[in-house]
Amino acid sequence: MSIFAMGGYGFYVWPSYGLTALAFALMLGWTLVTLKARRREEQALAALGKTRRARGKEKQ
Amino acid sequence: MTSGRFSLHRYANPAVFERLAARLIPWTAGAAVLLLGFGLYYGLFASPPDYQQGDTVRIMYVHVPAAILSELVYGMMAAAAAAGFIWKHALADVFIKAAAPLGAAFTLICLVAGSLWGRPMWGAWWVWDARLTSELILFFLYLGYIALVDAFDDPQRGLKAGAILVLVGVVDLPIIKFSVDWWNTLHQSSSLMSLSGPKIYGSMLLPLMLMIGGFMAFFATVVMLRVESELLARRIRAWKTSAGEDGAA
Repeated sequence: MSIFAMGGYGFYVWPSYGLTALAFALMLGWTLVTLKARRREEQALAALGKTRRARGKEKQ
Repeated sequence: MTSGRFSLHRYANPAVFERLAARLIPWTAGAAVLLLGFGLYYGLFASPPDYQQGDTVRIMYVHVPAAILSELVYGMMAAAAAAGFIWKHALADVFIKAAAPLGAAFTLICLVAGSLWGRPMWGAWWVWDARLTSELILFFLYLGYIALVDAFDDPQRGLKAGAILVLVGVVDLPIIKFSVDWWNTLHQSSSLMSLSGPKIYGSMLLPLMLMIGGFMAFFATVVMLRVESELLARRIRAWKTSAGEDGAA
């Protein structure tokens, strides 16, 4: 229990680490979610581009 | 920029950067996990409380690395802004945009952790001390940049205006660093980066150095991922613009 009490300063020490953990999780999580979404969009656009090129050749 | 076989412009090529980042990210991410893991263990469990501050000294193991990173990231953004203006470095604006939210987050951690330390030690959550005030100004500079780059219809104009703001704001960095020497502040003077070397006892210096290394490795990992993400966003925008023009034609 003494580790949670932090010599009577637990109210100040743990929120510092909690905020840091939250900020790190948000920085990494937000970056990964955005990156994944953009990779999916790029793949979808690349596939669309190939389809359009193929249709263009068919018409010719 | 070019000396012998080394050329900085080589790394300005997005494709070269993406290949390099793919190789580096596993190493920086691994280093971040290890350094932060050991840093947390030593910082929270294996290091002693301070004879005056008690266990509040453990707040320093997140406050100091966050403070160092808040300044380091801004310094890197300013260097990138200068490189963008002088050499038209292709990745300069991308890097600044990718790094700004991370720098803002480190500054916020620094300010809040410092406030949580100040309440039991100084008896106040906040004082308008030169060090604290100049760090708060740095936080507003980050927020200002983030707001400014997205305030223009033309993304290039936004990035240029943002880069100017970053360069103007760099004057705040020496003020933060030397505020404790120039003015009579409540914030203590530098105990880590002084001419006579660190003034911290070894058992407390170890977790501090581990955490500083961990914060740096974490930043390197996330900023490379964010640069990659921003490059993807640019490609998608360019593709949509050209597809729109083709459709209109």
